[in-house]
Amino acid sequence: MSAGSTDMPESALMALASRGDEAAFGELVRRNMRRAYFSALGLTGSHEDALDLSQEAFTRALRASRRLDPERPFYPWLYGILRRLCLNHLRDGRARSVKLETAGSWLVAESRERAAETGPERTTEREELRRRVAAAIEALTPIQREVLLLREFEGLRYAEIAALLEVPEGTVMSRLYAARKALATALEDEL
Amino acid sequence: MDRLDRTKELLMRALDDELAPEEQRELDALLADDPKLRAEHDSLGRLKEVTGTMKLRHPPEELWDDYWNTAYSRVERGIGWILVSFGVIVVGGWAGWQFVTDLIADTGMPPLIKAGILAGSLGLVILTVSVLRQRLFVRQTDPYKDIQR
Repeated sequence: MSAGSTDMPESALMALASRGDEAAFGELVRRNMRRAYFSALGLTGSHEDALDLSQEAFTRALRASRRLDPERPFYPWLYGILRRLCLNHLRDGRARSVKLETAGSWLVAESRERAAETGPERTTEREELRRRVAAAIEALTPIQREVLLLREFEGLRYAEIAALLEVPEGTVMSRLYAARKALATALEDEL
Repeated sequence: MDRLDRTKELLMRALDDELAPEEQRELDALLADDPKLRAEHDSLGRLKEVTGTMKLRHPPEELWDDYWNTAYSRVERGIGWILVSFGVIVVGGWAGWQFVTDLIADTGMPPLIKAGILAGSLGLVILTVSVLRQRLFVRQTDPYKDIQR
């Protein structure tokens, strides 16, 4: 691979990776590792599992790299692998590396610093709300959780979510509605 | 699309800023006519505000430095395990076969002792495979194995 690989367009890296160039594949990993990790974190709710499953997705992608199509974007292809791994992991009820006192800690209140300025009582309230939101999201079905996370935490538009999941936009909205209704019910006292 | 599905769709699009102007007018008319729908709209709007104040926890930045190296070592380990397993199966199978044929061919040993040795060896193999399988199953399915108190 050339020295300027970090500036290479994705399609060029994919073409190289599909011919067995591991450095080009490494660059694809570097560009997509954060996104893959956060997708897995949202689905599994565990840092260890998210790290493990996202890395596993990349190793499987490497083994299947001959099938890479440079005409199509890399991440949706990788996401297909990652999604299957995460859903199988959840379906099989495999262990999640969770400390009881830090359950739900995959989610953080964005304005924690500002909240801290308003006093300890407010901070405690926000922390309690964060815990309840995390627990309510964890109680959703994996399919509902996935679409909620893609929309709320990754900020994807419906068309992007539909393309990633290979479903119609109507299905995205329907899953999102079910997820939000379930969350609203679980957090009724807070809303 | 029935009315309920259309209403849900408009509610979702409104919450996520994906509503076209004509759809906004359609939703406004529906909300004006239906207090229950208005209450649902407001409740989901507050939920959106709450989730909007949260984000996924970021891991330590150093994690990314070794991310691919760690993952790549799995590929190497996978290849290593395949080769080791293949070698153990071939050599173990051959050794087992040799042991059984030598034992059967041994004319100096009473048949009852031969049968005892064969039964004991077979039992040992079955027990080993069973324990390994059980351990593997527990490792894959025990939801509490990594919980630290």
